[in-house]
Amino acid sequence: MYTYLRRFFTIALVAATCLFNLPAQADEPTQHDAEKVVQGINDQEHKIEHKLEESEKEFKIGEMIMHHIADSHEWEFTHGVVLPLPVILYSEDRGLEVFSSSNFHNDHHEYNGYHLVHGDSEQIVPVDESRKIYDFSITKNVASMLLSAVILILVFTSIAGWYKNSKGKAPKGFQSAMEVIILFIRDDVVKPNIGPKYEKYLPYLLTLFFFILINNILGLLPGSANLTGNIAVTMTLAVLTFIIVHLNANGNYYKHLLKPDGVPAPLLLIMIPVEIVGVFMKPFSLMVRLFANITAGHIILLSLFGLIFIFQSFVIAPVISLFALFLNFIEIMVAFIQAFIFTLLSSMYIGSAIEEHSHADHGH
Amino acid sequence: MSLLTPNPGLIFWMLVVFLLVVFILAKFAWKPILKGLKDRENEIQGALDLAERTRAEMAQLKSDNEKLIAEANAIRDQILRDAKDAADRTIAESKDKAAAEGQKIIEGARETIRNEQALAVSKIKKEVAVLSLEIAEKVLHRELKDKEAQEKLIADLASSARLN
Repeated sequence: MYTYLRRFFTIALVAATCLFNLPAQADEPTQHDAEKVVQGINDQEHKIEHKLEESEKEFKIGEMIMHHIADSHEWEFTHGVVLPLPVILYSEDRGLEVFSSSNFHNDHHEYNGYHLVHGDSEQIVPVDESRKIYDFSITKNVASMLLSAVILILVFTSIAGWYKNSKGKAPKGFQSAMEVIILFIRDDVVKPNIGPKYEKYLPYLLTLFFFILINNILGLLPGSANLTGNIAVTMTLAVLTFIIVHLNANGNYYKHLLKPDGVPAPLLLIMIPVEIVGVFMKPFSLMVRLFANITAGHIILLSLFGLIFIFQSFVIAPVISLFALFLNFIEIMVAFIQAFIFTLLSSMYIGSAIEEHSHADHGH
Repeated sequence: MSLLTPNPGLIFWMLVVFLLVVFILAKFAWKPILKGLKDRENEIQGALDLAERTRAEMAQLKSDNEKLIAEANAIRDQILRDAKDAADRTIAESKDKAAAEGQKIIEGARETIRNEQALAVSKIKKEVAVLSLEIAEKVLHRELKDKEAQEKLIADLASSARLN
């Protein structure tokens, strides 16, 4: 299985590289001009690097951290090693536009009437400010998410194949390792919180757990994207849980919202708004918890590494590296804990919404 | 603040990719995995139940066997006892019969002896009578040859006899 996986990953990586480079090549002008353009880009790169080197002399730790945490239209593995990613823009007047983000590598960060703004985070704005554009680019986060999706699908379909092929045999190797986690999620997280109807929600919750886990761990790798520390991602996950909760909630749940049992009528004036706010606080807390935990971890790690560059001392660097190592271990733990908590709370919310004959679980 | 503003493009991709992952994994991964796990659990439970049942059956069988053995032992003892009784009875009967037979034989022998004895006695009596007669005959014969003595005796007898 491992050789199979390794082979597939190699192919997938090559394919991904080709895919991400396709728009770049497609957007190159004709062969004749290609060399000139490359030359031009190289010159501009040199200039940018020169500028960066200058700015590095006055190292700004805040900017560095924000740059690493924020999303980007290209994947910078390390300084100078950049994978340009496709920019996909939709505007009403021009329709769908696809080109490589490497096109912005010029003095003005400008291409085809668009401007790449480096602020807290990168943003593509049209030069003509009256136009409205929608940015559906494959950013660093999206690329990382696609990578994690490919890994998840490969890993778990291969494990599923094992279950089909070796029926009646004892589990072994990687399968046993994953089985422990799957069983933990099923028996200790989902089953006790949702109750007898847990099987319907199990696929979503398992995917949720492993998706968050793998992206938390991928995010810890150097040069990787900070996907689960991005509020758009955690918001989407929280909203999905919210939708699932409210699509499956039974009458008791809604009745409890509008008329909580045992509450005197005058208090209802306060209780109903509180209950309704509580409904929205649940996904909101899910969203903020994951986002804040992961982002905070990244900020701490980046701050520690930033200290090395601020002090530029051979005495300080090893000490800080030790701290960073320690924090990295903690971050690995947090990666598991946050995936677990998100899944646990999601199943608790689902469980309390489909519970029969009993009070809903109040907010947390 | 850009950190806290969700990017619509990312939300779009996140929805598409995550929902795809959910559906693909649900269909091709979780379904077979969860089914496999459940099957295995059922299998293990079934095997455990079977073992429990077999153990109960074994215990039942064992107690049955013990009962059978006890019954067989009881029957054997009964048979032995009966046989011994029968043997004893037979022996006793034989003894009695033998004793009775012996007694009868002895009785018979006694009878015979008595008969023989009586016969012998009567024969002896007869012999004695004959002998006595012969002796008497001889005596008489010799007495009667001496006429004078006879007459003298008659005379004595006649003289002593008083006729009243």
